[in-house]
Amino acid sequence: MSAPNQTRERTRSSTETEELTGAEIVVRALRDEGVETVFGYPGGAVLYIYDELDKQDAIQHVLVRHEQAAVHAADAYSRSTGKIGVALVTSGPGATNAVTGIATAYMDSIPLVVITGQVPVALIGNDAFQEVDTVGITRPCTKHNFLVRDVNELAQTIKTAFYLAASGRPGPVLIDIPKDVTAKRCRYEYPEKVQLRSYKPTVKGHSGQLRKALQLIAAAERPLFYTGGGVILSDSADELTQLVRRCDAPITNTLMGLGGYPASDRQFLGMLGMHGTYEANMAVQHCDVLVALGARFDDRVTGNLSHFAPHAKIIHVDVDPASISKNVKVDVPVVGDLRSVLREMNELAEEMGIGGGSLERWWAQIEEWRQRDCLHYTQTDTIIKPQYVVQKLFELTVGNAIVTSDVGQHQMWAAQFYGFDRPRRWINSGGLGTMGFGLPAAMGAQMAEPQSTVVCVTGEGSIQMNIQELSTCRQYKLPIKVACLNNGYLGMVRQWQEFFYEERYASSYMEALPDFVKLAEAYGHIGLRAEKPADVEPVIREALRLKDRMVFMDFLVDRTENVYPMVPAGAALSDMILV
Amino acid sequence: MHRHIISVLLENEAGALSRVAGLFSARGYNIEAMTVAPTHEASVSRMTILTQGSEEIMEQVLKQLNKLVEVIRVNDLSEGPHIERELMLIKVHAVGSDREEVKRLADIFRGRIIDVTDRSYTIELTGTGEKLDAFLHALDPGMVIEVVRSGASAISRGAKSI
Ligand SMILES: Cc1cc2nc3c(=O)[nH]c(=O)nc-3n(C[C@H](O)[C@H](O)[C@H](O)COP(=O)(O)OP(=O)(O)OC[C@H]3O[C@@H](n4cnc5c(N)ncnc54)[C@H](O)[C@@H]3O)c2cc1C
Ligand SMILES: Cc1ncc(C[n+]2csc(CCOP(=O)(O)OP(=O)(O)O)c2C)c(N)n1
Ligand SMILES: [Mg+2]
Repeated sequence: MSAPNQTRERTRSSTETEELTGAEIVVRALRDEGVETVFGYPGGAVLYIYDELDKQDAIQHVLVRHEQAAVHAADAYSRSTGKIGVALVTSGPGATNAVTGIATAYMDSIPLVVITGQVPVALIGNDAFQEVDTVGITRPCTKHNFLVRDVNELAQTIKTAFYLAASGRPGPVLIDIPKDVTAKRCRYEYPEKVQLRSYKPTVKGHSGQLRKALQLIAAAERPLFYTGGGVILSDSADELTQLVRRCDAPITNTLMGLGGYPASDRQFLGMLGMHGTYEANMAVQHCDVLVALGARFDDRVTGNLSHFAPHAKIIHVDVDPASISKNVKVDVPVVGDLRSVLREMNELAEEMGIGGGSLERWWAQIEEWRQRDCLHYTQTDTIIKPQYVVQKLFELTVGNAIVTSDVGQHQMWAAQFYGFDRPRRWINSGGLGTMGFGLPAAMGAQMAEPQSTVVCVTGEGSIQMNIQELSTCRQYKLPIKVACLNNGYLGMVRQWQEFFYEERYASSYMEALPDFVKLAEAYGHIGLRAEKPADVEPVIREALRLKDRMVFMDFLVDRTENVYPMVPAGAALSDMILV
Repeated sequence: MHRHIISVLLENEAGALSRVAGLFSARGYNIEAMTVAPTHEASVSRMTILTQGSEEIMEQVLKQLNKLVEVIRVNDLSEGPHIERELMLIKVHAVGSDREEVKRLADIFRGRIIDVTDRSYTIELTGTGEKLDAFLHALDPGMVIEVVRSGASAISRGAKSI
């Protein structure tokens, strides 16, 4: 053991004998986990913890304006950095407000530790003031949760929570701490390790299966890579890129997988699925080997399951065995961590001499599909097309922004028109589809990366679901750029009503919209409006020029534009509605 | 659709049971019966779940159970030779000539009468679910006052543990 290590050991053992309160333990354990930022909102049950947070400055607490936003911000902090996001809320309404955020993270497998206050142990079950059964409510939307009844178990529980959140298939873990537990004292010793006999995620893939997979890929005439959020979560974009380039095969990403492979690369076909590109969906329907990596065959991706990839042998790598053969029966299942698996696949591919195959005919076919130019739109000089706004954002930020989004048409346009060349730049709620995610997510990302340009692409519907966070942005001087594609409609709902409900627009119209420019100003920010196509570029330029200010850009866009292509729910992927 | 008997070893902790029960209801899996109690190791509980489902659903049931952090091991006992037992306590009207009749029937099924009043018997019976059903069918439905069944417990045959 080296000398500096020994000193560290000594300082640690001297602290081991200290008696700390539960609240001190919480803060100390967070520091020992390397946590730098906690998003939260105080209340009675967590006041001891807040008191301790205030006495130190290793951890910054970010005070949001609604607990849902605290969790979304912690979530995006994690999505942009790969670190575990941390949120802290009080009991009762604090916890219930956090639930949407927790469920959002759960659906997208984002590692979070959420700490909730609880009424004192003796009052649990008594319908006490601000009591809810938080572990009961969050059981189905957390990877795991704990109620800590004894201060002696606190440190170990926190350690375990962090371990569970990030290992295997990541997810949010909740720790419910009764108020009296935060006041009681015990010895603090942060455990080095976690031993759980019942939880041992597989890391290394089965080498025999990987060989088999590579042989299939090598023999394929029409191979296709279909990769998802697992590539981002496992930080294996480089490894993936290496393998795909070697195979010279086309690749498509799910909504969650964007940035896992450079969008500007020739081999990239765009997103697949309901609003995927023509070429990506056609490639799925015609490929003979489909290589699914860290993607979970969601129904927005597969369309009608019985018609999905009808000619393909399917290889599926996922860290969660339950993702494999859940919706689509696969031929070569591999359980393992993608980073480790892709590294091994690259080595094996080298050893087996895979690569440089002749896929000319397949590529010729794909180029033909590409000619269809499925994302085409026409920008006239009268009405702003929403796609044009995103395209301009992309150009003027040189593709380097972190883009968060809300849910709806604007989300799909952001996914289609902002080319992500790197992972962790595209942050959106895919699995739960939570309107209200975008702005707090932008806060989390901006806190994590103060130097990066963070753009929140939103709609006038979604932004109003967490609009109060403009106040948080003011307090912490977060220079987020909000790009509101204001179509005056719950556009995605309106689109479905146009296509599938005979144009009966029940409650999809957003009446009584606020003046977003004035609203931004009221919160102390800058508001800009673009009413015609010629305004778009100057508005974006001005917003980007104001580097240290939050700017709300209100783009009055074509009110009835639709997202194309579209695969109607339940149809085969090849049955696309095209422009 | 086949009947499956699933054995689950799990941490004997508060909340573990509701996690399993919640999983079944949230994912719409069928539960016919579920029993749970600590094993010879106090920190481990064993649960037996009687369920039905297609092969694909059963694969998901096993995987999803395995995914629960507190679950140590999961096994589909119906895939191999196993022994299944259920306990039933049944209280029946027993007056006049019925008293002899009920006693005879209980004997045939190797049941034991464990409580007696001048108007009733309480019978204890163990066996497979089928056997318990058969006993119930053999009784005149009008005689039955009350039935309580434990749900199946099961163990594999042979010397090995799951
Ligand atoms: C309005 C709207 C429209 C949408 N339209 C589309 C659409 O057109 N196309 C589309 O693709 N999606 C669309 N979605 C998103 C969709 O609902 C799903 O969220 C998304 O398709 C899931 O992406 P994924 O398969 O990459 O899985 P994710 O949810 O990202 O899951 C990741 C997978 O990777 C695995 N994994 C995690 N870590 C690792 C690791 N270390 N190693 C290996 N595996 C790992 C996980 O177990 C999981 O199976 C839409 C959503 C909304 C709200
Ligand atoms: C919390 C929540 N409520 C309802 C929905 C259903 N929903 C999906 S998209 C959408 C419309 C979003 O409108 P807007 O934010 O204006 O975006 P647009 O589609 O117009 O771009 C609605 C209501 C949702 N996804 N989330
Ligand atoms: Mg809108």
